[in-house]
Amino acid sequence: MDVKWSALGEVALVSLGVGVAIVVIFAVGVLAASVRPRAAETDAPAGAGALGTVAAGLCFLACAAIAAYGIYLIVPQFH
Amino acid sequence: MGHWSFLVLVVVIAALAFDFTNGFHDTANAMATSVATGALPPRVAVAISGALNLVGAFLSTEVAKTISGGIVDDTLVTPWMIFAGLVGAIVWNLLTWLFGLPSSSSHALFGGLIGAVWVGAGVKGVHFTEVTEKILIPAVASPVVAGVVAMVATYLAYVITRRGREREVTRGFRFGQVASASLVSLAHGTNDAQKTMGVITLTLISAGILSHGSGPPWWVVLLAGTAIALGTYAGGWRIIRTMGNGLADIQSPQGFAAETASTTVILASSHLGFALSTTQVCSGGILGAGIGRRLAEVRWGVAGRMALAWVFTLPAAAVVGGVSAAVAKQGTAGIVVICLAAVAVAVAIYTISRRDPVTAGNVNDQPTAPVVPATTAA
Repeated sequence: MDVKWSALGEVALVSLGVGVAIVVIFAVGVLAASVRPRAAETDAPAGAGALGTVAAGLCFLACAAIAAYGIYLIVPQFH
Repeated sequence: MGHWSFLVLVVVIAALAFDFTNGFHDTANAMATSVATGALPPRVAVAISGALNLVGAFLSTEVAKTISGGIVDDTLVTPWMIFAGLVGAIVWNLLTWLFGLPSSSSHALFGGLIGAVWVGAGVKGVHFTEVTEKILIPAVASPVVAGVVAMVATYLAYVITRRGREREVTRGFRFGQVASASLVSLAHGTNDAQKTMGVITLTLISAGILSHGSGPPWWVVLLAGTAIALGTYAGGWRIIRTMGNGLADIQSPQGFAAETASTTVILASSHLGFALSTTQVCSGGILGAGIGRRLAEVRWGVAGRMALAWVFTLPAAAVVGGVSAAVAKQGTAGIVVICLAAVAVAVAIYTISRRDPVTAGNVNDQPTAPVVPATTAA
């Protein structure tokens, strides 16, 4: 019997790293995006809202890039 | 040049029927949490999933070269054994659907084939080390790996967004869910549709209709893709309800974490060459997401029934496949008997399901499973 334990370990580690990273980046993006509406309510300096929007944009862009790589992996014609 | 015998026609129809059950069994994997959190309206969710399954079927170029991936001795397999195996898989898929249990369609197919080959060609036709390597170990590993990833991700998602406003956070994660669920559907289409294409193609080759080593003709790709897409669109609401609402109370951050974990595990395993079951990966992801927010939110009773269904899938499908093989062995009359019996079972299961129908309209209602009292104390 030839169980590929190392392949299983690799899958586990890669999934843990990438999966958690995506969710963390996305969560930071969601948090950053909610700064702007809050700033409008509390009369915070205008810069805080803009900074939040930019940070959120970067986070979502990073997630979109990873998703695009996922599509690249799924579609055999790209290989 | 071969010709279309009655048997070949029956195998093709059975393969397409299996593909259909595979579709509605597995819609839940991609879409259950999106439906549960309201990220997508139920009908839109299954329409997207069905369309992406069809796209995936046309994208997959790597059509299965063996019927079983080496679990049975393919040189001993004859069309009537394939037929009996497919019947075993279809019957088990319908039965688990009736109980709303997400079980692996691949395991059902392997089980049916193992039973049919065992009866048809003897025990030497079954490769038990392959069974351990390709079914047993992945079955234990997949939910654990996906569950741990989803648990850590869920925990961090809640910690990070704790200071954010709930309405904004929920909306943000719902948006993300649509993307991650779509990726699961696409990956599913490229994987599962090609299994049926492989079964049909190899049957056509063994009947001499196609020459050895030829790929699937366009109509096989079209039929297999359509069957799985229609099955997906039909929805399998009973299983969606179990996975979306039965296992755990899923909010949108958890849904996103579960789907992202599942997508990553599926892509990593298919890329790094370790076969994991999609159904078990996704169920594990949802359980992990439940644990990541609050342990008490997981309905362990439902999880236990699901695990039991996983354990029984292969042997139960094998028994049905074996009995079908014993009858189908007798020739055309036997095959007709099995056909009629399979249709009768399907009609009976459908009739029973109408007593307590689960549809797009009531998929998000609480299932009858006991709700953990801890939630009422909060």
